[in-house]
Amino acid sequence: MATVTLENICKSFGKTDVIHGVDIDIADGEFIVIVGPSGCGKSTLLRMIAGLETVTSGEVRIGGRRVNDVEPMDRDIAMVFQNYALYPHMNVFDNMAYGLKIAGKPRAEIAERVAGAARLLQLEPYLDRKPRELSGGQRQRVAMGRAIVRKPAVFLFDEPLSNLDAKLRVQMRLEIRQLQRDLGVTAVYVTHDQVEAMTLADRMVVMHAGRADQIGPPLEVYENPATTFVAGFIGSPPMNFVPVGLVGLGAPEGTVLGIRPEHVELVSGSDRLHGTVVYAEALGAETLVHVRLADGTLATVRQDGTAPTPPEGSDVGLIWAEAHQKLFGADGTRL
Amino acid sequence: MEKRVSFKGVLLPLLLVLPQLVVTAVFFFYPAGQAIWQSLFIPDPFGLSMQWVGLGNFDYLLSNRYYRASFATTAVFSILVTSVSMGVALFLAVLADRLIRGSGVYRTLLIWPYAVAPAVAGVLWMFMFNTRVGVVTWYLGLLGYDWNHVLNEGEAMGLVVAASAWGRISYNFLFFLAGLQAIPRSVIEAAAIDGARFWTRFRTMVFPLLSPTTFFLLVVNIVYAFFETFGVIHTITSGGPQQATTILVYKVYADGFVGQDLGSSSAQSVILLVLVSLLTVVQFRFIERRVHY
Amino acid sequence: MSRRDGMVERRGWGYWLSHAGLILGVAFVFFPIWLAFVASTVSQTEIVRPPMPLWPGDHLLENYGKALASGVNAPVALMLMNSAIMAIGIALGKIAISLLSAFAIVYFRFPGRKLFFWLIFLTLMLPVEVRIVPTYEVIAGFGMLNSYSGLILPLIASATATFLFRQFFMTVPDELAEAARVDGARPMRFFLDILMPMSRTNIAALFVILFIYGWNQYLWPLLITTDPAMNTIVMGIKQMFPSGDDIADWPVIMATSILAMVPPVLVVIGMQRLFIRGLVESEK
Repeated sequence: MATVTLENICKSFGKTDVIHGVDIDIADGEFIVIVGPSGCGKSTLLRMIAGLETVTSGEVRIGGRRVNDVEPMDRDIAMVFQNYALYPHMNVFDNMAYGLKIAGKPRAEIAERVAGAARLLQLEPYLDRKPRELSGGQRQRVAMGRAIVRKPAVFLFDEPLSNLDAKLRVQMRLEIRQLQRDLGVTAVYVTHDQVEAMTLADRMVVMHAGRADQIGPPLEVYENPATTFVAGFIGSPPMNFVPVGLVGLGAPEGTVLGIRPEHVELVSGSDRLHGTVVYAEALGAETLVHVRLADGTLATVRQDGTAPTPPEGSDVGLIWAEAHQKLFGADGTRL
Repeated sequence: MEKRVSFKGVLLPLLLVLPQLVVTAVFFFYPAGQAIWQSLFIPDPFGLSMQWVGLGNFDYLLSNRYYRASFATTAVFSILVTSVSMGVALFLAVLADRLIRGSGVYRTLLIWPYAVAPAVAGVLWMFMFNTRVGVVTWYLGLLGYDWNHVLNEGEAMGLVVAASAWGRISYNFLFFLAGLQAIPRSVIEAAAIDGARFWTRFRTMVFPLLSPTTFFLLVVNIVYAFFETFGVIHTITSGGPQQATTILVYKVYADGFVGQDLGSSSAQSVILLVLVSLLTVVQFRFIERRVHY
Repeated sequence: MSRRDGMVERRGWGYWLSHAGLILGVAFVFFPIWLAFVASTVSQTEIVRPPMPLWPGDHLLENYGKALASGVNAPVALMLMNSAIMAIGIALGKIAISLLSAFAIVYFRFPGRKLFFWLIFLTLMLPVEVRIVPTYEVIAGFGMLNSYSGLILPLIASATATFLFRQFFMTVPDELAEAARVDGARPMRFFLDILMPMSRTNIAALFVILFIYGWNQYLWPLLITTDPAMNTIVMGIKQMFPSGDDIADWPVIMATSILAMVPPVLVVIGMQRLFIRGLVESEK
C-alpha cells in the first residue's frame, strides 16, 4: 500500500511534447481514474508510473520513494493491459505464477498465492486452460489475477474493459471496484469512458491535450467543471454552451454560459432564451429534446419521460435556475 | 515500423548480433569484396603475381564469343525452364482447383519432387535418357528416333531443361493452387452467371486475378534457373556438348575451378551479382506493388 | 471446405477430365523416381541390356546393402551422415544466429542498429554460387576444407531467416514484452520464456525449409570436400560415375539416388502443413 506522487511530469517523444507538466497526489488506498479522449496523454502518464516510459522531466514517487530510474518490476506495481497481454503459450496458472517464479518465490508459496487469487476471481476451474480457450471476461480475470498475486502496492489499469461487451463491462466494473476495496490497494485506472470514470473513481483526473484540466471527486467535477472541455467531456449528453449575448448577460466578449441539459426546462414562452424544436429522442425514462437556438447552436434539454414532448418545429422557451449556470471565459476556463 | 517497447542496454544487443555479424562478414562480405577486387586483375602466366587490368576482364568477357554464347544459352535455358515448369504447374493447379475434394491428395502426391535435389533430378533424367541403357532412349529408338544428348546440342538442352523444369513443378504448383484458391468463388460464379464458359472465365477472370502469383513465380523461377540448376547441368552434360549447355553459373565454376582463371571467373561473378541485384530490385518493386492490391 | 461447394462446373465431364489430367501429371512427376527405384532393385545385367524392366526385381537388399556398406568411393551410410550433419547444422545454425539478431534488432535500440540492418539486407541478394571462388579461398585459408564447419558456415551467411523472424517478432503485441517487464523478466528471460515458445511453429517451418536447402546443396560440397569420406550424398552420386568409358554401377548409383531423396521427402511429406506455410511465408 502506498501513495503515488507525480510532480510536474513532462514527456516528449523527440520534439513532440505530449505531457506538459502534470501534478497529482494519490493517497494510500485511493482509486484514481484518469479520463480523457484518445491522444490526451493519459496512457503515457500511466506508463510513466509503471516505468514503461521514461520521464522527460519531473518526478514520480511511489510510497515516497523516487522511482524515475527504477525498473518496472522494482516499483511494487502491477498492471492490467487493455488487450490483457496474457502469455499465449502458458496456461492460466503459469500466467499468474510467472512473475513469482522470476522473483524466485518457493513453489509452495506460488501455488498458495495463485490458488488464492483464483478463488477470489472464480478462476479455479480454468487453471489448466490456455488463454485462447477462455472467454473475454475470463481473460480479463486472469489479467487481474496476474496483478493480484504479486501483492503490489499500486494497481495500474490501462483501459482494461474496452475489449468487453457492454453488459460484461458493467459487471467487471463492479468487480474491479469491489476487489480494490477488499484489497485496500492504491489504484490508477485509465479510461476514455466517462461512465467508468464516474462510477469507479474516488477522484478523477480529466486530461486534455497533455494537461490535467481538473482533479477531484466525480460529482464535484460534474457539478463544477473547471473548463469548457471538462464540462463537455463529463456528462452525457454534454453541457449546453450558449454565447452570453443570446441571453442578454452583461459579460466580456467571448464569454460562454454553460448549463446542463437536466437543469433546463421547456416553457411555452420566454423572453430569456428561445428556439425551435429540431427533434426529440424518447428514451423511456427520459426524453432528450434538441432545440435550435437563434444563432444556430443546438441545445439539449433532458425531460422526464412522462413530461409532454413539444412537437417538432414548434417554438419553445428555455428557462433554468441561475444557480446552475456556469460562466466560462474566452480561454475556456471558469470565471 | 518500430516497436513501442525496447529493452535497455547496449552490450547485450551487440552480443546478440555478433554471431551473425561475424559469419556474414567472414563468409559473405569479405568474399564478395574479394570477387569484386579480383575481377580487376589477371594472374601472370606462372600464377605468382596479379596484374592490374582495371575493367580489362570485363572488356574481354563482353567481347568474348564463348561468354556471349553462354549469355544466350542462359537466356534460352531460363526462358524454357520457367515457361515449361510454370505451364505444367498452372495446368495441374487449375485442374486440382476444379475438384470438389481430393485436391489435398494430389497436392501431397505432387509436392515431393520439391525435396529432390537438382543434382539428383539430373541423375534420374540422365538415367532415363542414357545413350546406352536409358529406357526412354531405347523406346525412342524403337520409334526410329536416335536420341543422343551427348553429341546433339539441341537434345542436350532439351534434357537439362526437362530435368530442371521437372524439379520445379511442385513449387510452382503449390503457389498456383494457393493463388487459385484465394480467388473469391463469388467472382467466378458471377462470371458464370454472366454466361462465360470455362475458358473465357479463365482468360478474363482467373488469369488476371492470378497475375501477382504468376509474376512472383516468374522472378523466382528465373533466379532458380540461373543458379540452382548447376547440379542438373553438372550431372547431365557438364556444360557440353561444345558448351551448348554452359550457363553463366556453370561458366564461373568451369573458368574459376577447372580453368583456374581467377580474374575472369571473378569478373563473371560480378556480372552475375549485378544480374541478381536487378532481379531482386524487380522482385521488391513487385512486392511493393502487391501491397496495393 | 464450404468454399468448395460452388456449383460452377464441378460435375460431369469436366470433373472426370480433371482427375484424369491430374493422374497423368502425377504419373509424369513420378515416372523418373519410379524408374530409379526399379533400377535400384534389379541387377546390373538387367540394366545394361536395354530395355530394363519396369517392375521391381529381387536385388533390393543386395543393392542397398552394397551402397550403404561400401558404395563406390565411400560408403553411402557415411555420406548420409555427412549430409545429415550438414543439413541439420545449417538449419540449426542459421535459426540460432537469426533468432538472436532478430531479437536484438526488434527489441533494442543500440548504436549501429540501422547499419547492421542494412548490411544484413544486402546478403539477401547474393546466393553462394556468385561468390564461390573467394569463399573457397577463405575456407581454404582457415584450413576448413573437408570439414563440417567448412560445409556449414558459408551457407548460414545470409539473412533470410533473420528477416522472417523480424517480421514475426513485429507482430508480437508490445504489451507482452511490457507485461513481462512488469513481471520482472529481464531481456534474455523474456526471449527464452515468451518469445521462443511463441515462435515454435515459425522455427519448425523454417527448419524444414533450411534442412532441405542444406541437404540438397551440390556445388559447395563439390568444391570443398575432396576427401570421399567427407562427401555428402547429393554430390557423392556424381562421383560414383566412372570417368572414361567404363560402365557405371547403375543399381548402386540408383539405390544411392533413392537414399538421397528419402530424408528430405520424409521431412516434406511428414511436415507438409508446416512446410507449405514456411515456404509461402519465407517467399513473401
